[in-house]
Amino acid sequence: MPGPMKIRATLKGDYTDIRVLMSHPMETGQRKAQGKLVPAHFIENVTVKVNGKTVVEAQTSQAVSRNPVFAFRVKGGSKGDKVEIGWVDNKGESNKTEAAVA
Amino acid sequence: MLALRTSAVLAAVALAIAAAPVRAQDEKKEIQKYQRMTAESSPVELWELEGADLWKAKRGPNKVSLERCDLGMGPGVLKGAYARMPRYFNDTGRVQDLESRLVTCMTTLQGFTEKEATKRVFGNADKPSDMEYLSAYVAGKSRGIRMQVSTKNPKEKASYEMGKAMFHYRAGPWDFSCASCHGTPNKRIRMQQLPVLSSAQGARGTYTTWPGYRVSVSQLKTMEWRINDCFRQQRFPEPTYGSDAVVALTMYMAVNANGAVYRGPGTKR
Repeated sequence: MPGPMKIRATLKGDYTDIRVLMSHPMETGQRKAQGKLVPAHFIENVTVKVNGKTVVEAQTSQAVSRNPVFAFRVKGGSKGDKVEIGWVDNKGESNKTEAAVA
Repeated sequence: MLALRTSAVLAAVALAIAAAPVRAQDEKKEIQKYQRMTAESSPVELWELEGADLWKAKRGPNKVSLERCDLGMGPGVLKGAYARMPRYFNDTGRVQDLESRLVTCMTTLQGFTEKEATKRVFGNADKPSDMEYLSAYVAGKSRGIRMQVSTKNPKEKASYEMGKAMFHYRAGPWDFSCASCHGTPNKRIRMQQLPVLSSAQGARGTYTTWPGYRVSVSQLKTMEWRINDCFRQQRFPEPTYGSDAVVALTMYMAVNANGAVYRGPGTKR
């Protein structure tokens, strides 16, 4: 079961600053443990929606660290806007969470 | 062709010379910049979230949560508790740090044996330990609160004095003490500045950011782990988890850090 996620979205004048923390092992498929390769396991897609409208659609790879933190700036926005962020990894596992712009 | 190649080499040499003399002051500034950037993108809050769930989870033979655990401010009171630890507890008759106190709550409330509660106290990136999650959660509840560790109780005073003595006690195959690394200013190991933990300034800066998320190992490390690892680095025998010795050293650093605002759980290299 995927670990927790946390979004912090703050209105900063004419843009909204969105930060999201994700728990994920982000295995590259290159690392060995006890002599055996650890299978690749990483987030492939991140989607950010503000009030139901997709604002960021990102493709990510093994190059991203374990427990990644992403930050986005979205033009405009107002307090109370609903921010939804979800990810899907290469094993088909997914997680999502939402928060309101503060 | 040859001329071209020579000029390219010359240009490369010139660049290398221009880049080489990084002054110590610039180096320090660059390291601080790096530390700021890692802190900005720290996933440490994920540990606090997991810890919050674990705190409220009904566990152990008694199937109760830790929500009635008394960390010195009364049962279930978390706000500011970490900024006042280690402290003396009447029920156990001991001075305890956060982690040894959590073991007490896990045994008295949840019904675990002490062996079960301390079976896996240091986790790894793939599977962090319960103690790591819980430490992050409880410490996070003291964020922004001033450190106020008491030495009024004679046992607290004795613990502080023992910690101080241990800090300066040289022993082991390398004739090392904590003070060998953390007793004089301007020492560092590779990129890591070594704080003078016997001074208020050094202790304040460091103590208030532990426990901390280490980016190099993608994991939260607790204060007990930190002291345990210092013992290892000094080639001392491994200390017992939650023992009076570890608590005393924690007590010494915590009292030295008194007056500073707790800023943790922090982010480390």
